Amino acid sequence: MSLEFAIEVDHIVRTFNNGDFYALNDVSLRVPTGQVFGLLGPNGSGKTTMVRILSTILKPTSGVARVAGFDVVGQSDQVRRRIGLAGQYATVDENLTGFENLRMIGRLNHLSTNESTTRSRELLSNFGLDDAANRLAKTYSGGMRRRLDLAAALVARPPILFLDEPTTGLDPQSRQDLWAIIEGLVESGTTVLLTTQYLDEADRLAQQLVVLDHGKVIAEGTSAQLKSQLGATVLVLTLPTTSDAVRTAELVADLSEQPVRIEGLIIELNVDGGPANAAEALRRVDAQGISVTGLSLREPSLDDVFLTLTGHKVSDDAAPDANQRSARTAHS
Amino acid sequence: MSVDTTSAWSPRWAINDTVTIARRNLLAIIRIPTALVFAIIQPIMFVVLFRYVFGGAIKVATSGYVNYLIPGILVQTTIFGAVGTAIGLAEDLQRGLIERFRALPMARMAVLGGRTLADVVRNVLVIIVITIVGFAVGFRPTGSVVSYVGAALLMLLFAYCLSWGFAFIGLVAPNSEAAQAITFPLIFPITFASSIFVPIDSMPSWLRGFATYQPVSQVTNAVRGLMNGVPHGASTWISLAWSLGAIVMLAPLAVRRYRQVA
Repeated sequence: MSLEFAIEVDHIVRTFNNGDFYALNDVSLRVPTGQVFGLLGPNGSGKTTMVRILSTILKPTSGVARVAGFDVVGQSDQVRRRIGLAGQYATVDENLTGFENLRMIGRLNHLSTNESTTRSRELLSNFGLDDAANRLAKTYSGGMRRRLDLAAALVARPPILFLDEPTTGLDPQSRQDLWAIIEGLVESGTTVLLTTQYLDEADRLAQQLVVLDHGKVIAEGTSAQLKSQLGATVLVLTLPTTSDAVRTAELVADLSEQPVRIEGLIIELNVDGGPANAAEALRRVDAQGISVTGLSLREPSLDDVFLTLTGHKVSDDAAPDANQRSARTAHS
Repeated sequence: MSVDTTSAWSPRWAINDTVTIARRNLLAIIRIPTALVFAIIQPIMFVVLFRYVFGGAIKVATSGYVNYLIPGILVQTTIFGAVGTAIGLAEDLQRGLIERFRALPMARMAVLGGRTLADVVRNVLVIIVITIVGFAVGFRPTGSVVSYVGAALLMLLFAYCLSWGFAFIGLVAPNSEAAQAITFPLIFPITFASSIFVPIDSMPSWLRGFATYQPVSQVTNAVRGLMNGVPHGASTWISLAWSLGAIVMLAPLAVRRYRQVA
């Protein structure tokens, strides 16, 4: 099959609570075959709902979605034979060993017993779970569970893979490991739809991105396009007093199209014009005799993206899960 | 576009999927110690308790209390086993496993079919173990081997039909603890206010009506009659009728609920 688009979504709406809440509100997107496509957005933006619809778990309220050319509602069985699903909840069977988990999924994908066994061994070894193959999954660490979950999604060699926040809550090393695995999959021709709340993850893995907020697409394009649209780097200055912070903010305000953010002693400035603007900001502060106590440059975070696109921060969002919020903070 | 003819609904795959899920559930019984205790050790404790602690005070018309008791314990144990159906399904639902199964090209009903099939297999093992334990404490059934097997099949059938009701509870309950909390108040009256442990004529008159006609007593009377080779009226036929009624009523309930949640 050589479809141009592995996934086609047209005007998908999904409501909950008898139509009171729009999880997805008229979302359309095209995922080119053989790429990693990123769905970026905070908790509650509708990413998981989209993945559940595309993986035939949930029916859309209205709209049409096709995966591998098949309608997710009318031809769900065809869709299921061509997809793999893994996610942040790593739904592995805790009472089975790693090997038994994979073999079960193989059998349920209607591979023969031999094929299931061979494929399970192969994946366990590829994902560094050889030593843990015969241990119950309940004894696995968070990173191991994610790898097992991803392996389970790959047992039947699906051409299309859904990864719902695959690295949320993982330590940096496990994160790197998973990224490498995902990159390997794409090299071998798999189409990946990845949801994430991390800009750096989307940047590293996804060729194309859609940014979701409150169930709507608020931006789309390549990672580079989005970045240039968002302002590349953020200059963070810490000042000795709050009045110095306010004064500094005024001094540098014209260097960015985005407003300067002040939080206590810290000011944040998007340096759209690159390093030259950052240097200019420092010169001005120095010329006024203000001594800077802290200085750093950082890549834009999802918060910056949202501030730019919507005027609100991710953390202002309705009800982000407390654990995930702290996980994100710890990471950024 | 070519049409794939290997439908997930072909009987061969439906059986494959059901057996795969049943296998997984049976492994879980071995792997979760509490489930194993529930399935095997608890009925053994009931045997010991009623045989040696309470049994002396219970007067039965037939030859000895142990021959009265063991068929009753077997019925009680197979019915208690259905609680596992409710708890297991609630747990799978809670952990998102059922959702994962939903994204696989497997037969949709294999989750319920595999769960209830696993419960039958577990009940077969429990019947064998309790029969052996029964013999060890003096159980000497006087019926034929054929009618003993017939009795086992009858209680397996009844428990199987009942387990669809427990599957429904498991799918309605918000979590496994709640599933357990819902099932016990249902299961206690029908197992204890029955002919399982004591003759019904020893109960107060207000309870006797319920205890006589409720299905568990009918099944117990049939099983006890078959195992001990004594007349038991129409209780076998009444038990079969209850089983049929239960599955006709409860299976669609569970299936409909499963379609809603999964």
